[in-house]
Amino acid sequence: MSAIASAPAHDHHDDHGHHHKETFITKYIFSQDHKMIAKQYLITGLIMGIIGIAMSVLFRLQLAWPEKSFWVFEFFLGRFAPDGVMTPSIYLALVTIHGTIMVFFVLTAGLSGTFSNLLIPLQIGARDMASGFLNMISYWLFFTSSVIMLSSLFVEAGPASAGWTIYPPLSALPQAIGGSGTGMTLWLVSMAIFIASSLMGSLNYIVTVINLRTKGMSMTRLPLTIWAFFVTAIIGVVSFPVLLSAALLLIMDRSFGTSFFLSDIFIQGEVLAHQGGSPVLFEHLFWFLGHPEVYIVILPAMGIVSEIMATNSRKPIFGYRAMVASILAIAFLSTIVWGHHMFISGMNPFLGSVFTFTTLLIAIPSAVKAFNWITTLWKGNLQMNPAMLFSIGFVSTFITGGLTGIILGDSTLDINVHDTYFVVAHFHLVMGISALYGLLAGVYHWFPKMFGRMMNKNMGYIHFWVTAVGAYGIFFPMHFIGIAGLPRRYYTNTNFPYFDDYADVNVIITIAAIITAAIQLVFLYNFFHSIFFGKKAVQNPWRSTTMEWTTPVEHMHGNWPGAIPSVYRWPYDYSKMNEDGEYVITGQDFIPQTTPLLENEEEMNH
Amino acid sequence: MTVFLVIIVLALLAVTGWQISKIFQLSKTHEADTDTSEVASDKDNRWNGILMLGFVIFLYVISIYCFWEYGKFYLPESASDHGSEYDTLMFVSIALIMVVQIITQGLLHYFAYKYKGKKGQKALFYADNNLLEAIWTIIPVIVLAGLILYGLFTWSDIMNINEDEDPMVIELYAYQFAWRARYSGEDNTLGKANVRFIEGVNQLGVDESDSYGEDDKIVTELHLPVNQPVLFKFRSQDVLHSAYFPFFRAQMNVVPGMITQFSFTPTITSEEMRQSEYMVDKVRRVNEIRNDKNKVLAATGESPLDSYEFEYFLLCNKICGQGHYNMQMKIIVESEEDYRAWIAEQESFSETMAKQNASDSENANAPTEEPAENQENSEQPQNDVAVVADNEQN
Repeated sequence: MSAIASAPAHDHHDDHGHHHKETFITKYIFSQDHKMIAKQYLITGLIMGIIGIAMSVLFRLQLAWPEKSFWVFEFFLGRFAPDGVMTPSIYLALVTIHGTIMVFFVLTAGLSGTFSNLLIPLQIGARDMASGFLNMISYWLFFTSSVIMLSSLFVEAGPASAGWTIYPPLSALPQAIGGSGTGMTLWLVSMAIFIASSLMGSLNYIVTVINLRTKGMSMTRLPLTIWAFFVTAIIGVVSFPVLLSAALLLIMDRSFGTSFFLSDIFIQGEVLAHQGGSPVLFEHLFWFLGHPEVYIVILPAMGIVSEIMATNSRKPIFGYRAMVASILAIAFLSTIVWGHHMFISGMNPFLGSVFTFTTLLIAIPSAVKAFNWITTLWKGNLQMNPAMLFSIGFVSTFITGGLTGIILGDSTLDINVHDTYFVVAHFHLVMGISALYGLLAGVYHWFPKMFGRMMNKNMGYIHFWVTAVGAYGIFFPMHFIGIAGLPRRYYTNTNFPYFDDYADVNVIITIAAIITAAIQLVFLYNFFHSIFFGKKAVQNPWRSTTMEWTTPVEHMHGNWPGAIPSVYRWPYDYSKMNEDGEYVITGQDFIPQTTPLLENEEEMNH
Repeated sequence: MTVFLVIIVLALLAVTGWQISKIFQLSKTHEADTDTSEVASDKDNRWNGILMLGFVIFLYVISIYCFWEYGKFYLPESASDHGSEYDTLMFVSIALIMVVQIITQGLLHYFAYKYKGKKGQKALFYADNNLLEAIWTIIPVIVLAGLILYGLFTWSDIMNINEDEDPMVIELYAYQFAWRARYSGEDNTLGKANVRFIEGVNQLGVDESDSYGEDDKIVTELHLPVNQPVLFKFRSQDVLHSAYFPFFRAQMNVVPGMITQFSFTPTITSEEMRQSEYMVDKVRRVNEIRNDKNKVLAATGESPLDSYEFEYFLLCNKICGQGHYNMQMKIIVESEEDYRAWIAEQESFSETMAKQNASDSENANAPTEEPAENQENSEQPQNDVAVVADNEQN
């Protein structure tokens, strides 16, 4: 296979001299170069992230000081905040769009899109993606869907506001809530385009990893990043089409009078003609994607963290094969646990038992991964770069958030904490914050590869420590009000005097959220400033073994100026020693994958 | 609480200030353009390692603080029969995950501190150990198997409805944005219903032709006799809702187009709950907060908040529209006699309809003097609908 792969690669090299005709448009806008597309994904994702996080600050203000007037509301929400007081409908809209943007546009496209594009060709030794053209289309579809999603914020009756899970009938009936009119139509159109974009990207990643690995790069020599991206792409191909089908059926129910999800509805004084549909069917279709989706979000972060941890611990990742096996196990199990979102949806309780069983099974590979990361740190020589800090932070939040999953995954315990703030705290820690840490770790680590410059480490440290404290400050207390029975998606809790004494906790959470959101400005400044004025990077600043660091600092089409190097070893030969206790290469604690086995070295079983 | 907050903020500011001063310091000393000065130095490794240790202490402290301060928020003793099983399972699970949390976070951050990088320190090339992998695969397997089994037995206990206990059947009807309850009456059987029958005072769409429905009683607050098993049948008029009874550890979604159900036995009356130590304490706290607010309100000349007295409540827990946050119903658990006295006072469905028909025919009689035709007109659509509804149910 590698022989086949290297043949076209050489052709590519031969016509390298013809690449100077690039115009501004082909280089920066309609680029087919995977590195440029990765940057486009990253910057679009960051912009969407700013919008999504800003929205969360707005509704956190409302939750801490319900129905108080704020000039920021008046400024940002305009007619949706008469006299600066947020209305219930825009509150629901903010919650909905925050969820949609963060899950799909930031953590799926921004994370997986950026790093799959950047790292797959570079780390497997390929000139580019299998199809650069498809890759370009994939980005531009993503861009289009982002624009449509944002444009829905400006429609007359407000954007979609049925929650990011858009359960019908609420999402199907404009009579039920204003946002289910044009806003919801735009949401569905945007997501349909997003899914098309995601599928093109995923197919490209899969084909590239299978076909374009350089000579010697067997599957068991792939860095864990590539394993994670590869498996993520497979889950995406399996599950995203199901969301598309759910969206299409919902579009038909909304616009063409079908009854897939609607039945027996009396609203605003009239009976609707819809008969025989079931909202539970929609829930099944939605979560058949929706659950794998959280692994689509977290697996790339896991891959990134594994790679960064090994590099900065100057140690091989512990249990490479177990790590790969647990990625595969998680991927498989992720497709058969969706029902744990539906324990009390009215489906047969027996199904609840089955889903409890499969759900708690998924804790096993997750536990293995957590223990392996901890062991990777043990007896290491830890280089505390910002990327490393975020990786350690990732393991911490992943454990904290993952453990509460044991409560939610248990159908019995889910009865009383379902849809409370306990759930909000759980999934924000385990997939929101963790995946964001993965994204940030990746940005700090591969920034020199993307932009040829270094980010400022001290700003990175400030960014990490404030974020780490702030994130726990937001979500740790939140578990306690959730377990006390406080429902999520409530505009205000003041109609239940019973909840009055939780109000202080909401104030603390909001203050923590504001601090955490504000400190991200340090990151943004550091990021954009360093693109232009950062210190010039050396070729391999983190002294890493993987192939992307063998390419020149200056970007070029085709990645390597000469022939693509071959690979002779696995990617984790850090601090490998001879029998006499010296590093295999004298004075260097890492051996790049492209270095042939040395005379005095025995190959471990990889 | 505010003190705690202030401490956090001050600590963060201190760290920020310290860091900013470092930035200035460093930017002075390193003027060279390309170097590895943005890669962590030994000094960075040392202080970040120490902060890692500090961070895990911070984690332990906020855990203890939250359990200490917010632990009291956990719901009072369950007011339903199955609830004590639920709470036991919950406490077992929380204890278990806290043990794992303390150990794993401790190890993670301690290793980060202990093995912080130093020049000349050699990391251990340690790539694999099948025994270790086996250990930490098998331990979670065993622990989770125990939890799964425990959970599943409890789940089937709660969800399997025991018809032998002869539960009282009550329909809970949800619509934007309130609840109704329909008691099944003497026959303990609900009359058929469908939204297509909704007309005039028949707001729940009960089928008038079904004799089971005649003695049904429709009310706006839920009264339950203590220690009597209740089987709730849930029906929605418009969108998804979720009937959440936090004090009874019970919840079920309310789905338009289908009837869902949940059964439990209330065991503590509202009065007993009000007098429990937990609730006395809680109500006192809430009223203190409300009194403080009232002082502010009085200063601005607004009407004060009512003093709070505890009642059980049912709330909607599935996003259902603008008024979602205030879709509640009062629940009163009382003695058998009190319940009987209360239910006897309620109007049955047939009485409600008779009243409407009487006033309808009065209205119809007076001006038009065409009672026969009028009646036909008003019955016509209903018959059509009844046929449709019958077809559906078959």
